[in-house]
Amino acid sequence: MIEINIKKRVKTYAGTDLIEVSASFHDQRITQITGPSGAGKTTLLKIIAGLIKPEHGKITVNKKVWLDTSASINLEPQKRNVGFVFQDYALFPNMTVTEHLHYGSGDTQYIDRLIAIGRLDAFRKHKPKHLSGGQQQRLAILRALATKPKLLLMDEPFSALDHVLKKNIMSELKALFEELKITCLVVTHHPLEATGFAEHSFELI
Amino acid sequence: MDLTPIFLSLKLACITTLILFVIGLPIAWWLSGRDSIPKLFIEAIITMPLVLPPSVLGFYLLLAFSPQNALGKWLQEHFDIRLVFSFEGLILASVIYSLPFMVSPVKSAFIHLPGSIKEASYTMGKSKFETLWYILLPNIKSSLLTAAVLTFAHTLGEFGVVLMIGGNIPGVTKVASIAIYDSVESMQYSNANYYSLILFSITFIIVLAVFVFNRKSAKSPLE
Repeated sequence: MIEINIKKRVKTYAGTDLIEVSASFHDQRITQITGPSGAGKTTLLKIIAGLIKPEHGKITVNKKVWLDTSASINLEPQKRNVGFVFQDYALFPNMTVTEHLHYGSGDTQYIDRLIAIGRLDAFRKHKPKHLSGGQQQRLAILRALATKPKLLLMDEPFSALDHVLKKNIMSELKALFEELKITCLVVTHHPLEATGFAEHSFELI
Repeated sequence: MDLTPIFLSLKLACITTLILFVIGLPIAWWLSGRDSIPKLFIEAIITMPLVLPPSVLGFYLLLAFSPQNALGKWLQEHFDIRLVFSFEGLILASVIYSLPFMVSPVKSAFIHLPGSIKEASYTMGKSKFETLWYILLPNIKSSLLTAAVLTFAHTLGEFGVVLMIGGNIPGVTKVASIAIYDSVESMQYSNANYYSLILFSITFIIVLAVFVFNRKSAKSPLE
């Protein structure tokens, strides 16, 4: 179980906005997080990953405290074993598809499996600039899985994929999540996008 | 024809570039982080040689390191180091004078990298150093080359600072730019032309090489 109770003030064009989230997410389940633009969906994921620090709050993951501002506890992102799929993909321009995955894992068999799930076998030696938008997005998903994370945070991960490919990849990812016991939080603008993928839903207002 | 001034200039430019590469990268990395008042202050000081007349910088370095003054005296008494009218003094002056040419392009390149690639590396369990080494530096290769070349070329062409702190000692501090000035002063125009032509050729080849190398990797070759 992931329990989150945080308050974070963020800068907006109109001044500052307060993001206040109190939620608990099921372990080893896929939860979709929806909400209007500017509600703080991406900020929430980054706070969970340890990339942004909230002013106040507590995050516990399976009873382990990742963040507790009152006790000055803030686990580094490197120690959280979290996979993160960035909305802008955040791929490394200097690395090929295979190098992206090897950066996170030395397990060649597992990497081959990830490449098969992402349908990127023919593009192993390609760098991001030589991949299409959909291929880049798939690589971003695979890279986040390369470290075999216990928690996967995905920010609009399927927006560039066509319907059929999306459906196939979702079902293979789901099988992989079950096998590796991965908990997944998916941020999406479109509640229907993760239909059949997410088992739970949380709305950020 | 004495080629020593040319070799001295090349030696000075090589050593200065190497030193600035080692100290300039961490400074640029640090400056590219979140703004703070001390950072702005230090950045202003680093940028000063860009706008300050070289003779002003040379004059103060000369005063600071003169054995008649406190710092110069202390260096000579405790470490037997004499920085005025010596090649070591030229190196120190060149490092200070060319510092912004190394720091500015590298800092700018760090700032322009998307912050999310750094974050992606952190979430993959990689330390700040691993991220710098495997992700950030390889992605600013063209800017590193530009910075190194600008530093090299700038050191090769410096005159005012070198003259103030190094003087004109043949084989020690008489670099090519001083040799040109010296030749013109003594009406030896063919000598001046000879040194000038060599400096022009070296600089042109270096700049051309940067343009060739960076033609695909940067929007502007001097980025």
